[in-house]
Amino acid sequence: MNIDFFFQYLVAGITYGTIYAIVAIGFNIIYNTTGIINFAQGEFVMLGGMISVALHAFVPLPAAILAAVILTMMIGAIIEILFIRWLANPSVLRMIIITIGISILVRETALHIWGAGVRALPYFTGSEVSAISVGDVHVSPQVLWVIGISAVTVTGLNLFFGRTLPGRQMRACASNRNAARLCGINAKNMVTLSFVLSAGIGALAGCVVSPITYIQYDSGTPLAIKGFTVAILGGLGNSMAAVAAGLILGVLESFSIWIMPTAYKDVISISILLLILFVRPSGLFGNKEAAGLKEF
Amino acid sequence: MSGHKYLQTVLFAASVIAIQLATFFTGTGHYLTQLTMSGYYSLVIIGLCLLIGYAGQISIGHAGFFAIGGYTTAFLTTYDLSSVKAGAVAGLLSKTGMLVTREDLYGGQALSLHPWAACLFAIAITVVIAYLIGGPVLKLKGHYLAMATLGFGTIVYKIVLGSEKFGAADGISDVPGFLLLPGLEVSGKPSMRVMNYYISWGLVIAGVMLLLNLVHSRVGRALRAIHGAEDAAGAMGIDTAKFKLKASIIKSVRYVAIVAIGGMANLWGSLIMGFILNFLSLRGYFGTYDDAVFGAILIAIMLFAPEGLLRRELFKDVRAFFSGKKPREGRQ
Repeated sequence: MNIDFFFQYLVAGITYGTIYAIVAIGFNIIYNTTGIINFAQGEFVMLGGMISVALHAFVPLPAAILAAVILTMMIGAIIEILFIRWLANPSVLRMIIITIGISILVRETALHIWGAGVRALPYFTGSEVSAISVGDVHVSPQVLWVIGISAVTVTGLNLFFGRTLPGRQMRACASNRNAARLCGINAKNMVTLSFVLSAGIGALAGCVVSPITYIQYDSGTPLAIKGFTVAILGGLGNSMAAVAAGLILGVLESFSIWIMPTAYKDVISISILLLILFVRPSGLFGNKEAAGLKEF
Repeated sequence: MSGHKYLQTVLFAASVIAIQLATFFTGTGHYLTQLTMSGYYSLVIIGLCLLIGYAGQISIGHAGFFAIGGYTTAFLTTYDLSSVKAGAVAGLLSKTGMLVTREDLYGGQALSLHPWAACLFAIAITVVIAYLIGGPVLKLKGHYLAMATLGFGTIVYKIVLGSEKFGAADGISDVPGFLLLPGLEVSGKPSMRVMNYYISWGLVIAGVMLLLNLVHSRVGRALRAIHGAEDAAGAMGIDTAKFKLKASIIKSVRYVAIVAIGGMANLWGSLIMGFILNFLSLRGYFGTYDDAVFGAILIAIMLFAPEGLLRRELFKDVRAFFSGKKPREGRQ
């Protein structure tokens, strides 16, 4: 085993792992306020990437990213208001099928707008070939951007949920929706807010990762499956655990290239998903008994 | 089977014949190709109908089984064994008469597995996989079940896509025809169109009758019947030589859509919707909006008409529907 390659794979794993963690956090935000798994979560990531690429033709990069995030947040709000807000006590199965339907519609719309081609934003700084070298390990500056922005996002979210009024209202809804209502919290608005936040975070992830992974109209589903794997691995609803789980999955996947062809990389992570679902659905860091009481 | 179910089956068979006659008299015989394919897809749909409707389990990776059966048969019947002729396994197969020589694309000789042997092997392997996966997966519920089945479908898709031997994104073409009896061949040849139409829909009728009968038995046996239907669909749906096999996992969702719109606990409803929608889709009426149409159907049904589709007493209702009796009290 070559030690330089080892670090190279490790860095790649951490990069992907961070993105998976961000997608997982998106799942968790919506799950916590609504008890729904939003199967269209990956589409937010795709939309963020695609919209920012489209806008970058006209405006500078930071403006394109900001606008893409805001637009995707608006799309998230529209989706919630159109398809979810007015349903009274929808069953889990019904919500699953509706969000799957939404993901198809978003994907097909993207296909019609942008075609089937692969797109990417330019590297935020430097180019594909530039690298920051530490000894014999070369790290692309974009990797630092991905990790940095993800870290800022997670910290920001923690502050939002811990310190701000809307954040605390959302947490109140998550722990007991009826009690939160009695305290005068508009639970429906909190659900919309959770979709907006989750869409924004997904879109941001799509923007920062697109220079490395490229993005196309159907990039959403694989990302959603991996994000979900990470969310389960960490324990559904637990965002900090999702970060750890994301790094674990990313690194595992990255090192799997050693023993299997790259084309099977996704197979590894989905096999992990199935394994976790079968063996320990409460997740690595979750409480088994608490999970037993939840409605999945 | 009670009387009115026989009647339903006979009516169904009669409409199958009527449709063929209609294409004959209106000179639209070329429609039969798509009609045949929608028959094979209908096999998947009735399997799924019972899984969702009867057992209340969602599966959005259902086309995975279809693909496993299809790709196994296609691979085995096209893989040239000439180079390993001397090997022990090939030798054994050759002695038992399970190998056939045929002309390959370039006019040379290719030695590959007999379609029948390949088909049986494909069914066996799909059953084994369904059994291994089905056990733990069906213990899950709700989101977890949906994700697990989606994951399963995606794994099959990714493996096919990453494997040169399965033709990667292009699929396997040049699959030989499938001789049922002398003169009775499952293939994409235009001269065989009428015959293939009847083979396809004959299988659907057989599948429906099998499911109608098995549905009376205990849940376990019914679930096994459902797996049986998947496997049959997987193994039979692909042998039509001209149709290129492409990884069709994405299509899983449309099967769910069809079952939803047909009425989840309604075998005949699903069958009719499956027939209509698959035919329209295969004829290209939805154009590039094909997937979008199915997505929209899915959302519309779930938003506006979920009653009757996702009821708690679904299980009893299906029993009642199939037995013609009033539902019994309590869960069976």
